[in-house]
Amino acid sequence: MKYIDEYRDPKLARKLLDEIRRTATRHWTIMEICGGQTHSIMRNGIDQLLPDTIELVHGPGCPVCVTPLESIERALLIAARKEVIFTSFGDMLRVPGSSKDLFMVRSEGGDVRILFSPLDALQIARDNPAKEVVFFAVGFETTAPANAMAVWQAAREGIENFSVLVSQVMVPPAMRAILSSPGNRVQGFLAAGHVCAVMGYEEYEPVAREFQVPIVPTGFEPVDLLAGILKTVELLEEGRAEVVNRYGRVVSREGNRVAQELIDKVFEVTDRQWRGIGLIPGSGLALREVFDRFDAEKKFNVSHISATESPLCMSGSILQGTLKPDGCPAFARECTPEHPLGATMVSSEGACAAYYNYHRNFAL
Amino acid sequence: MTIAPLCPTPIMQHETVQMAHGAGGRLSQALMQRVFMPHLHNAFLDLLDDQAKLDLPPGRVAFTTDSYVVSPVFFPGGNIGELAVNGTVNDLAVGGARPLYLSAGFVLEEGFSLAELETIVKSMADAARKAGVMVVTGDTKVVGKGQCDKIFINTSGIGVIREGVNLSCRNLASGDTIILSGTVGDHGMAIMTSREGLSFQSRITSDCAALNAMIAAVLDVVPAVHAMRDPTRGGVAATLNELAVSSGVGIEINEMTVPVKADVRGACELLGVDPLHVANEGKLVVAVAAADAATVLEVMRSFAEGRDAVIIGSVVDLHPGMVVMRTAFGSSRIIDLPLGEQLPRIC
Repeated sequence: MKYIDEYRDPKLARKLLDEIRRTATRHWTIMEICGGQTHSIMRNGIDQLLPDTIELVHGPGCPVCVTPLESIERALLIAARKEVIFTSFGDMLRVPGSSKDLFMVRSEGGDVRILFSPLDALQIARDNPAKEVVFFAVGFETTAPANAMAVWQAAREGIENFSVLVSQVMVPPAMRAILSSPGNRVQGFLAAGHVCAVMGYEEYEPVAREFQVPIVPTGFEPVDLLAGILKTVELLEEGRAEVVNRYGRVVSREGNRVAQELIDKVFEVTDRQWRGIGLIPGSGLALREVFDRFDAEKKFNVSHISATESPLCMSGSILQGTLKPDGCPAFARECTPEHPLGATMVSSEGACAAYYNYHRNFAL
Repeated sequence: MTIAPLCPTPIMQHETVQMAHGAGGRLSQALMQRVFMPHLHNAFLDLLDDQAKLDLPPGRVAFTTDSYVVSPVFFPGGNIGELAVNGTVNDLAVGGARPLYLSAGFVLEEGFSLAELETIVKSMADAARKAGVMVVTGDTKVVGKGQCDKIFINTSGIGVIREGVNLSCRNLASGDTIILSGTVGDHGMAIMTSREGLSFQSRITSDCAALNAMIAAVLDVVPAVHAMRDPTRGGVAATLNELAVSSGVGIEINEMTVPVKADVRGACELLGVDPLHVANEGKLVVAVAAADAATVLEVMRSFAEGRDAVIIGSVVDLHPGMVVMRTAFGSSRIIDLPLGEQLPRIC
């Protein structure tokens, strides 16, 4: 398959691995930001193939994982309402709130639907004028343009029975939070390719300078990941705290200006809670005031709902790279995909789920 | 003296299923005579008794049942009717049985199109003829609008197991070869990409097919095959896991050898689904002693259903109960059961 097979070429992968082995003269800790990258690493066994000198730690870039419990609780309340068609990306349905998940709401009669695009939710709203259609707008900068577009179109067409429950987050503030934390071990980053496709990588340059870390925008296929790791190792070895793009077929320095303008028209920067991590200032996006009437939190009056996390789950440490999934005492014991204690085990992009699915203690 | 009914109600006055079609009265009879019998009729069904009275050839009897609730009922490459026949035929055949007789129970939703019902019944008849089985007894119920989704079909089947064959998921032994009859994920992805709300078009068609002829030919040549399974819901991943757990052995497969059609792969990439987790309705997984593998492969490849048959792996002493895949890069990963709802109502 074009644009995929060449980035899964075993020969090329071996060549890159040899170069990484040759280049690394000491131990380096590199964080891949994005959960999609974590899964590709585990699925393809890249962690098994890297030399011992290179340690990968897994970042907070899983939107399902970091969506705060209170947003889940609000979603559950809205989805249970008789007049509501609640729509969401599939992964969010399994995330447990304090007593149930969206699948349970559906089994109790709630109209909860899995969609692949917020624009499909808008179409459902057009087709069902007597219903209130709500889309659960979670995600990083990658999902923000499509979510913004849905709101923008709803406003333009005057579709008043559509709203979004927003829990948008952004990568750079999370990187700053990780790098500022006293337990930080991360020496270099693989930046999330798809986020950078939207935002470009200009905004990472001040982070690289300020914290003296190399940052390499990287793709998701095995060859992409290895090329990103090799570049990060080279920059680390040479002591260069720079941003160097290794996902050139998708990412440019300035990113997608049209998408950025749309995000800016619809959203404004706000403080946001990250599940397992806590409040990160300026790390989220909220609807601008002119789009208030599309804000599901306000429409259904659920802003006051708050919730507290189970103290057993260590996903905060996982998401910040200070603990690996198999280092958690509950991993694959009390905490499994069937009975997740926290979001990192629920989401298909969660680091704990990746470890569980592909690598839980098997003899090779 | 007989009195002709004053007001006969011809069925074709209705274009859709009415509650009365399931009430046992005149409309029920008309439905039977006009829609079901013309296509499915045979010596057993024609008697219209409450049961079929059958003589079975000697041997152990295999008996199976399955309910079909696929949505949409018409999908690229087939419909719920042929799925209901082929699925039950395959469940008998993978146990080493020659499928003989089927029952068919229909639950129809009030308002369902009679023309579509007839198309479905006709496909069932065609599929049954192709597979060499007869539908010998049946039942129809109608439920109110919204109480089922168009049409649900249950088929049960009986067949007779051939002498000297012992197929069981508990039979796998270390060193066995695992053979797969062709590309994975065709059926599930055909359903998934034909769903409303999934706004991309594809040419993926279901692999829905009866496998009994191919299976019989394999067993003619190698009666000592250890196990056969048709990897339906949960895909090849679920089937291999069941075999590994039931036999208490490990299975190792090679990523490079598992065939996936390019557009199925593309759809899976886009939707983030592993083709190994996607349902098939016309594929076969065979576990056989390594010495017999080449013979089995040759026979399978002589059938259209097994044209792309390949060896995908083997049974190993390591990691009992677990399926491990060697990746193209030389690393390994666990092939797990899919978790929960991936593609609702695929069969």
